[in-house]
Amino acid sequence: MGLNRIFIKHSKNTENMPSERFLPQKVKIPLSQGMGAPNAPLVSVDEEVFVGQKIGGSDAAFSCPIHSSVSGKVTGFSEYLTSNGAVVKCVDIESDGKFTPHPSIMPPQVTNREEFISAVKASGLVGLGGAGFPTHIKLNYNPDETPVDTLIINAAECEPYITSDYREMIENTDGVLDGVRTVLKMLGIEKAIIAVEDNKPQAIKTLREKTEGESNISIFPLRSSYPQGAEKVIIYNTVKRVVKEGELPSSVGVVVMNVSSAAFINSYLKTGMPLISKRITVDGETVSEPKNLIVPIGTVVDDLLKFCKTDEEKTKRLILGGMMMGQCAHDSFLPITKTNNAVLAFKEQRKDKQTACIRCASCINACPLGLMPCEIEKAYKSGDLDALKALKVNLCMNCGSCTYVCPAKRNLAETNQLAKRLLMPRNKG
Amino acid sequence: MENLNVYSSPHRASSRTTQSVMLHVIIALIPAIVAATIIFGLRALMLVLVTTACSVVWEALCCIVMKKKTTIDDLSAVVTGILLALNLPVTLPFWMAAIGSFVSICVVKELFGGLGKNFANPAIVGRIVLMLSFTSAMTNWVQPFYYNDADAVASATPLVTKSEDYLDLLLGNCGGTIGEVCALAILIGGIYLVAVKVISPVTPLAFLGSVMIFSFLVGEDPVYQILSGGVMLGAVFMATDYVTTPVTTLGKLIFGIGCGIITCVIRFYCSMAEGVSFAILFMNIVTPFIDMATKSRPFGAKKAEKKAGGADD
Repeated sequence: MGLNRIFIKHSKNTENMPSERFLPQKVKIPLSQGMGAPNAPLVSVDEEVFVGQKIGGSDAAFSCPIHSSVSGKVTGFSEYLTSNGAVVKCVDIESDGKFTPHPSIMPPQVTNREEFISAVKASGLVGLGGAGFPTHIKLNYNPDETPVDTLIINAAECEPYITSDYREMIENTDGVLDGVRTVLKMLGIEKAIIAVEDNKPQAIKTLREKTEGESNISIFPLRSSYPQGAEKVIIYNTVKRVVKEGELPSSVGVVVMNVSSAAFINSYLKTGMPLISKRITVDGETVSEPKNLIVPIGTVVDDLLKFCKTDEEKTKRLILGGMMMGQCAHDSFLPITKTNNAVLAFKEQRKDKQTACIRCASCINACPLGLMPCEIEKAYKSGDLDALKALKVNLCMNCGSCTYVCPAKRNLAETNQLAKRLLMPRNKG
Repeated sequence: MENLNVYSSPHRASSRTTQSVMLHVIIALIPAIVAATIIFGLRALMLVLVTTACSVVWEALCCIVMKKKTTIDDLSAVVTGILLALNLPVTLPFWMAAIGSFVSICVVKELFGGLGKNFANPAIVGRIVLMLSFTSAMTNWVQPFYYNDADAVASATPLVTKSEDYLDLLLGNCGGTIGEVCALAILIGGIYLVAVKVISPVTPLAFLGSVMIFSFLVGEDPVYQILSGGVMLGAVFMATDYVTTPVTTLGKLIFGIGCGIITCVIRFYCSMAEGVSFAILFMNIVTPFIDMATKSRPFGAKKAEKKAGGADD
């Protein structure tokens, strides 16, 4: 029996558009990107910086360093308000247009597991799929306690519109595969499964051709449905293992890595250039020239929208990330971070009338994790904490399937997040 | 760009709305309405229009009295009105039908909080109240195809006569309420609802299946039992009402089997010839308990209290 899923329009308008490089005049690099402790700035105003230079760091283990994505001069520090209400400090750098690499940039010496993991940490890599979990922490599982036999490369890309991972696989097939081979070798994992949704037949074909004869790498076509790329879902759908509540994938012998992350690891080990750019899909109703762009981290979204000829008058919604899980921005002057993979611009959403819940059970039949969003909403409204715990709202990953299918147009996914917050210990605030 | 609108994710929604769900149900009811009009004449259609109009008016009035925004545009009152009419004999005076829709909409639906809050199927309770209040008018069955009241020949439902053949039952050439006699029209509506994914086939199949098995075990004709009386109408349109039936598939299965068993018990062992309404009403009442016992199982959930500090990627 499979997990629940929904079928949504793919809208992959940019799948056949080769990535272009976008070189901004100035960048605004946030000192906190992805999960982990915020970094302290390591540069000062008017200081000259180079591409790949570390400009933000932290001593905390659960953190990830930040590097400059351009060469030029630090003009100051600014702050921006993220969609989730946090204020993040940024380093503003004006590019000299030369993109001169920092002299210290050279391929790291990696011969064993420890060196590999510290190299990954130094590279500034966080999960590029969107959640932004620091990769060196994910890879640093204890092989004696939780032996891992399978590396799943997440290339599902189940969100509508986004094609950046697909372009990575098409344009950098060898880089992806070399990255996978390196991770397998360095961590001593037996086999890798590259899981790709079957709406990307070209990627599946090319990857299969290039891995012919390699028994430890297999390509696994997933049925195109949402949310195939969710970690627990992709693990279950490829190797039929169930990650228990509160456990990490390594507890079932699996590590999941985004396909672009694998490609980046390869490029870092070969060049020593840390994570300073990101492949982004720019698309949406009001974008007249949708594109795939390789952009330096810290590029201001507004510059990208202008570059793709976006109708500013008509744009009423700006989404960073996908249609299903991305976050709305209230203005276009915020920077691209390591975890962005798309910028989508839309007109106002057609809002159908909200009615009372009619108990149609669409949400229950849609939830990939078998939750009951309609019951959670009821428990949340009555403030019934015990019921919320029993309904396991803490498992909700905010995939949005429930809200998507709800005929009564209730904001179920949003309520789930509020309910999760209600269950959090008070002292966290 | 500044001052953009901010919403929580997801930023796309399916086109299905409460209104479109109700519209599908109305479309599915059209074959039954057409069959009723052919079998019992224009008065059957009039009866449908009267109960539907009354239901909508009652709901609009309730909304005014209760000082809430009108909810008639969700079309649920229309569905209730049509279903009530289909549960009435063609000769029922219109004023009685109006009382029936008052009970359905005002008492059962709005007094309990409106759409989504009623504990029992409004049309079923409307029918039961009329049945108990105006028993003779509610059991005044006439022969099909005698459109003129003066010529109407008194009849009995097939559950009493036990003499119709399957084809008559399927096409509706028998006595009964205007909507229940033509099993074929109801089946067409049911197949439509399953095809457009408005209802799950589990409840009707469990209902009809359990009636057949029960009938077979006690020596009654299983096919005759599901084609006669209100079983088909109940299984397809009443036992699949979202609000008053369980939400999970297992719950729906239990609900359907419960309806089938109670229907048979009433039919075979009680003084009443028909038991579908009471069976569904009873199962409506136990629905909260079925829901409690058949919650879905979250993926990978641990039974004991969650340990602190689990990281989600």
